[in-house]
Amino acid sequence: MDVKTLTFLIVGASFVLYFAIAIWARAGSTKEFYVASGGVHPIANGMATAADWMSAASFISMAGLISFMGYDGAVYLLGWTGGYVLLALCLAPYLRKFGKFTVPDFIGDRYYSQTARTVAVLCAIFICFTYVAGQMRGVGVVFSRFLEVDITSGVLIGMGVVFFYTVLGGMKGITYTQVAQYCVMIFAYLVPAVFISIMMTGHVLPQTGFGSTLVDGSGIYLLDKLDGLSLELGFNEYTSGTKGMIDVFCITAALMVGTAGLPHVIVRFFTVPKVRDARKSAGWALLFIAILYTTAPTIASFARVNMIETINGPSVAGQPSTGTAYTDAPSWISNWEKTGLISWEDKNGDGKMFYAGDERNEMTVDRDIMVLANPEIADLPAWVIALVAAGGVAAALSTSAGLLLVISTSISHDLLKRNLAPNITDRAELFYARLAAAVAICVAGWFGINPPGFVAQVVAFAFGLAASSFFPAIIMGIFYKRMNSKGAIAGMLSGIGFTACYIIYFKFINPAGNIPENWWFGVSPEGIGTLGMLLNFVVAFTVFRFTADAPDDIQQLVEDIRYPQGSGEATSH
Amino acid sequence: MGFKSEDDKKAYWRANVYLLLKLLAVWFIVSFGCGILFVEILDNIRFFGFKLGFWFAQQGAIYVFVALIFIYVHLMNKLDKQFGVEEE
Repeated sequence: MDVKTLTFLIVGASFVLYFAIAIWARAGSTKEFYVASGGVHPIANGMATAADWMSAASFISMAGLISFMGYDGAVYLLGWTGGYVLLALCLAPYLRKFGKFTVPDFIGDRYYSQTARTVAVLCAIFICFTYVAGQMRGVGVVFSRFLEVDITSGVLIGMGVVFFYTVLGGMKGITYTQVAQYCVMIFAYLVPAVFISIMMTGHVLPQTGFGSTLVDGSGIYLLDKLDGLSLELGFNEYTSGTKGMIDVFCITAALMVGTAGLPHVIVRFFTVPKVRDARKSAGWALLFIAILYTTAPTIASFARVNMIETINGPSVAGQPSTGTAYTDAPSWISNWEKTGLISWEDKNGDGKMFYAGDERNEMTVDRDIMVLANPEIADLPAWVIALVAAGGVAAALSTSAGLLLVISTSISHDLLKRNLAPNITDRAELFYARLAAAVAICVAGWFGINPPGFVAQVVAFAFGLAASSFFPAIIMGIFYKRMNSKGAIAGMLSGIGFTACYIIYFKFINPAGNIPENWWFGVSPEGIGTLGMLLNFVVAFTVFRFTADAPDDIQQLVEDIRYPQGSGEATSH
Repeated sequence: MGFKSEDDKKAYWRANVYLLLKLLAVWFIVSFGCGILFVEILDNIRFFGFKLGFWFAQQGAIYVFVALIFIYVHLMNKLDKQFGVEEE
């Protein structure tokens, strides 16, 4: 069977699986729709959280990104895993004990204020839409690349699938579908990595192969080889960074804190039965995420060595390589040339390809190729290529579904039930939740088909806003029981305002001036959420100094969420 | 059930916060410390085929993160039992 037929079969089979789960786990009440009745096993919840968290960008682009960034890629690796420690230790158990459905629920109740609730709802909706627009595009790209349909049809198929199991199943349907999607995704990610690790270093585990010698008989360590190649070709040394240390520090911190503040991640910890399970489930989630995140940097370096050697040809004892004749190039180069992900321009007219970091360079290489073409570079069988397609689709679908659910919950629960129309029945609320999910899918699909040019830029927004708004408000809400609504609202508004202005200025108003010399304290817009978070804390405590403590019943509420006993199930009121 | 006295409640929360601070100190040292602030010094040390700082930044810190959460779960469950506030 050829690759295309196999891809259709494997991706098709995965869809059938997702549909079957959605029908089996369809939601009958708002509680099932919002938090899967709070009855999800911690390990299953861990897998679902991992699938929710790891998007098409993690699956397809991250290894490639690291491959081109070298050491600096650590900002993503540390940032997108370290946040779970904060989440597990400082947020998840207490929010679970609090026992409501959403983040705006907590902010609104803890700070006894509809203003605080509304600010939180708007932030949650904005963060999720920012994110989901990119995901739908990812679905379209994966489909178009592997199934050879155009991107619009790809997005439409993706919308159809997500529509089916989100609108029908709500959180319950999504959770169990995400468990299946995690399994598909991680298997698809590890198989090529293990094969390549064995081929290059003789180690089954890519994580140990990463730090060992190559099997080509040279006895050179993989990373030393990569450093040598990088310097020789006019790149920076792979294992050293180019970004400033303060910037690396701030980006990492903003991503960590942003991760811990993202509403679609936090809401997952409302779905487990007990506080104890919320703690444990964060551990499992990070373990499942770490399997992919410790493999990504290994793929990054394996694929980079592979690619350089394929394009430039092996270097023979002391003689620098001069390039591989285009006519001798392996078939994956011409295959992926058709998609525009790799291209060659014979500048010096010698008929040979050459890849370098200076004027000798003749190649344009897209970072996504590091994962997508990996199975072909390593000469793996066709079913592995099909599997990678199914994995990419699973990654994009699972994240979109989780985000769409938060949008629908924010509208039907936080905005309608808790704000505008408190008297609606459970049935009506469920109907509005489904309606909101359906509308959100259409809006997300529209963004997927007509991507605004700023999608890549606004991702910094999502993390920056989560870091500078939700995280400090929740932390103070739990660990400082006297903090009052005025302080918290002033903190949130100044944190968001500052972060948003900085990002808007450098990304939209003055993109030409987006250079380290102009940044405050050398912090790029990606890392500014860290300063926004500090500002939030400072403003909140300053305003608090001049206003009255939180009322006694609120302080009592905070004391109650500080210990696990009597958590019960997540309730609406 | 529940806390036997107000003092117990305070002692439980204090123990909880100290545990968090200790674990978060480790969290900070392996990621921001070894992986970012002191990466250049640690890079002079070899760890198998890695420079040590680079290894912390791209591998080691993540392993420590996972371990930290499971240690936290274990110690918190113990603390809950000690004060009699665990879930049934």
